Amino acid sequence: MRIQCPFCGLRDWSEFSSLGDANARRPDGDAPAADFFDAVYLRGNPAGPHEELWYHAFGCRGWLRVARDTRTHEIFAVDMCGEVAAS
Amino acid sequence: MSTFLSGQPRRLKQGGLVDRGRPLSFSFDGKRYHGYVGDTLASALLANGVKLVGRSFKYHRPRGILTAGSEEPNALVELRAGARREPNTRATVVELFDGLEARSQNRWPSLTLDVGSINSMFSPLFVAGFYYKTFMWPAALWEKLYEPLIRRAAGLGRASGKVDPDHYEKAHAFCDVLVVGAGPAGLAASLAAGRSGARVILADEDFLLGGSLNGDRRRVGDLPGSKWARQVVAELESLPNARVMRRTTVFGAYDGNTFGAVERVSDHLPTPPPHQPRQRCWKIVAKRVVIAAGAIERPIVFGGNDRPGVMMASAARAYLHRHGVAVGERPVLFTASDDGWKTVLDLSRAGMDVRAIVDTRREISPMLSSAAKQARIPMLLDARVIATSGAHALNRVRVRRRDGGIEDIRADVLCVSGGWNPTIALTTHLGGRPRWSEALSAFFPDELPAAVVVGAARGSFTLAAALREGAEAGAEAARSTGHRTFAESVPEVDDELTGATPCWEVGGSKSKAFVDFQHDVTREDVALAAREGFSSVEHLKRYTTLGMGTDQGRTSNINGLAILASVTNRSIPEVGTTVFRPPYTPVSFGALAGLLRGKEFRPTRLTASHAWAAENGATFVEVGQWLRAQYFAQGGEDHWLQTVVREAKAVRQSVGVCDVSTLGKIDIQGADAATFLDRVYINTFSTLPVGKTRYGVMLREDGFVMDDGTTAHISPGHYVMSTTTVNAGKVMQHLEHARQVIWPELDVRIVSITEQWAQYAIAGPNARRLLERLLDDAIDISNAAFPYLACAEFSWRGIPARLFRVSFSGELAFELAVPARYGDATVRAIMAAGEAWNVVPYGTEALGVMRIEKGHVAGNELNGMTTAADLGFARMMSTKKDFIGRVLARRPGLVDADRPTLVGIKPVDRNERLHAGAHFLSIGAKAALANDQGYVTSVAFSPMLNHWIGLGLLARGPSRLGEHVRAYDPLRGGDTEVEIVSPVFFDPEGGRLKA
Repeated sequence: MRIQCPFCGLRDWSEFSSLGDANARRPDGDAPAADFFDAVYLRGNPAGPHEELWYHAFGCRGWLRVARDTRTHEIFAVDMCGEVAAS
Repeated sequence: MSTFLSGQPRRLKQGGLVDRGRPLSFSFDGKRYHGYVGDTLASALLANGVKLVGRSFKYHRPRGILTAGSEEPNALVELRAGARREPNTRATVVELFDGLEARSQNRWPSLTLDVGSINSMFSPLFVAGFYYKTFMWPAALWEKLYEPLIRRAAGLGRASGKVDPDHYEKAHAFCDVLVVGAGPAGLAASLAAGRSGARVILADEDFLLGGSLNGDRRRVGDLPGSKWARQVVAELESLPNARVMRRTTVFGAYDGNTFGAVERVSDHLPTPPPHQPRQRCWKIVAKRVVIAAGAIERPIVFGGNDRPGVMMASAARAYLHRHGVAVGERPVLFTASDDGWKTVLDLSRAGMDVRAIVDTRREISPMLSSAAKQARIPMLLDARVIATSGAHALNRVRVRRRDGGIEDIRADVLCVSGGWNPTIALTTHLGGRPRWSEALSAFFPDELPAAVVVGAARGSFTLAAALREGAEAGAEAARSTGHRTFAESVPEVDDELTGATPCWEVGGSKSKAFVDFQHDVTREDVALAAREGFSSVEHLKRYTTLGMGTDQGRTSNINGLAILASVTNRSIPEVGTTVFRPPYTPVSFGALAGLLRGKEFRPTRLTASHAWAAENGATFVEVGQWLRAQYFAQGGEDHWLQTVVREAKAVRQSVGVCDVSTLGKIDIQGADAATFLDRVYINTFSTLPVGKTRYGVMLREDGFVMDDGTTAHISPGHYVMSTTTVNAGKVMQHLEHARQVIWPELDVRIVSITEQWAQYAIAGPNARRLLERLLDDAIDISNAAFPYLACAEFSWRGIPARLFRVSFSGELAFELAVPARYGDATVRAIMAAGEAWNVVPYGTEALGVMRIEKGHVAGNELNGMTTAADLGFARMMSTKKDFIGRVLARRPGLVDADRPTLVGIKPVDRNERLHAGAHFLSIGAKAALANDQGYVTSVAFSPMLNHWIGLGLLARGPSRLGEHVRAYDPLRGGDTEVEIVSPVFFDPEGGRLKA
């Protein structure tokens, strides 16, 4: 599988490491423990499009937000995390 | 006058594509034979009249060559000798070379007299799934008898057990159009795409390209098919944009239009030429793919269908046309398809005496019957072969005629043709599901994105269709990758008959009828599986092992599921089919590993002082990918403990130097750098003044300790963080995640500088004196100007340098950092500057001894299961700020007072040795999990206390100082009474630190 890093270009997936669900955001510091528990431990396992975080460990070290179909590995979109948040 | 060569009894004097001007000699089971360049081992054996080539897996039945391709289930031989010996190689794909040595397998003492054939007598015991029902009682016999017996009987072939002397490569290739298979369809596709200028890769597993054209007497246009193939290949090889890969199996389809292929670079040579690899593993990325993988002929299941001399009809035809070998003098055909007739008509034309055509169908085309009549071949329609006989080779075929009568026909080869199965394996590697075509009586490949299947692989069995579909697909692929194609006419070929009516099995036979030849699965096994409830096609496969051999069931899957359908009263589409995983044919580990073998499996990272350490007698230890000096044995020392004790004593008495470059170093800068550090550490760093360093602990978001280290505030907004060696990468990832994903609004940047700076710890009462001599006036390091935990950046001898007053050993210590390219010179300068005080180099062992004496936690304690409170850092956790892990660290389970917490231990009997990993039990408590109170994490022999000491995690540890508990180590036979003490064994006031 190859991922189009916005900074480095199309790269083999072995340059990256994956963290999983991009929508499991860290709650604000004063949120209740239950919110933290959900964010840290609970994950869906969808068969289909999935937004997830990939770290370009052997490239620019950028964190990417990737929309990937978990059944076919087709990648629909790749954004740099910092940019997504800024927009 | 014989039509055969003397010396090769079944080789016709003329014909075939072998090079008769280049004879070869080879041996099989120790006997010498002759063949030609262009032979496979199988064709050469057949040419020499060798019919028996192996013994079957379970029943040790005599077996011969069934096919002429990589789908061969029977003729698995052992090739070569010594370290290059390889088992389970299909004789049908081995390219013959001079001096080739081959041996049959799975027989003892010999192929003709095999003791293992006694298994056949016990065959009722060895039916499918027998091992689920046996070897259970008595249980005591399992380890001593059953397992060793099974281990000896199991498996097929023997590995050499020696290191492979050859080397292997890996390579990448990119193209517009990948064409898999160089038969007529693939050649037509490559030509169309290649002529358009598209980058084309054509790959075929064979050494002679042309596929079915080489095994037949068809003409393409006005050329013999094999000649047309040669011409096309020559044209492709003349194109700069085309790459023709012979001997290359595309073994797998992977995501992103990536294909794995193995190129057998030197398999056809006695040894690889100098500097050439034995095999090369390719990763091919293609924009478009044309799969022209052909089709595989289907056997018919009938009694005695595995006897040597029973062969696929198309194989017999291939041996005739490609190798000039007539596999039998008195052939009989047993067919359910028109295609089988071509074989015996060709054999008859070559002078063989075809004894009969046995066709399962009631009616056949008049073209076929008139050809047979002309050749004077008796035809038996609506008839079945029900048995064969002959000890190690076929001599008779038993036929049941239409009228029910039984006829025995003397024959030495039985050509079988059950129809054709499209080779769809590659199309299922990514989850494609084949569909059943009633019209073809075959499974049809699923649609694939960016790939198209052509020719026999999609059920188009005529040569005309193959050429046409190939050309169209090649042109279309070229166009869709932006190239212009030209309208070309497809060469003319004769019509042909491709009718077939499947006959999956012949009933009423008393002898075993085989479905899967490689795994000895019979028709009765399929019925047994269904009776026992394994009626799903996936269960059938696993219960009977049908299709699980190295041939992936290519000659057995369809027959098996058709029989399953019949015994369970379902249709074939209802039963469905199993699918395939890569590799299509076996791939050697060598090819997959490429150059990543032995020491080269991982990179080795060396510190700047490595050469100097080696010169000074260092023994190195692997820490992650790094090599670190473990200890420096000096003359006369013959045990590492001796050396380590000397080093630690020398440091505490005078001064020593240790390379600490491998610890992670991260440069952190920005207006919000301080805030950022507050968010990742449990303690506060925004209060850290410029010029000071602080120890910090970092948690994971789940509240467990992730890493520890010191962070120095070098200049306003500029920090340098240290991490442990093994977690450097992980911490970097963690910080980047915090910076980019969690708090992207913070103005902070980080970069790894682990490799950019060499760093040395200089520790001991004379450390300052050494450094003052080394650094001259570059920096004032008096206790007043540079107190404990100070840090500074300065220039030394014209190079940038950093100094940190941190101490892992508990001694007066400094860490000096210089750009890595000066690391070697610097460590030598340190040693020179310290001569007056007998400076010693010390390694990770002495470093470990001293930190344990001081109760400093390290990797053994930061094991991912401990919390900050467990390690005695509860009070470091700030209550005034948010930080990663803060909330979940307060979960009841993580603040439970009964949790194992950090303590020190001393053996009550001071002469006893301690072992890390021992578990704590109360004295007198039974050694059971319920009584487990924690474990020992680190141990060392303490030169300061002159006995063994340790650190550990004990339930409610700090409240149990003075108590005696048991350190129980059943794995190594240890059982020691220990006293619980403070983890700081030496200089608890820390006076030496602050001197």
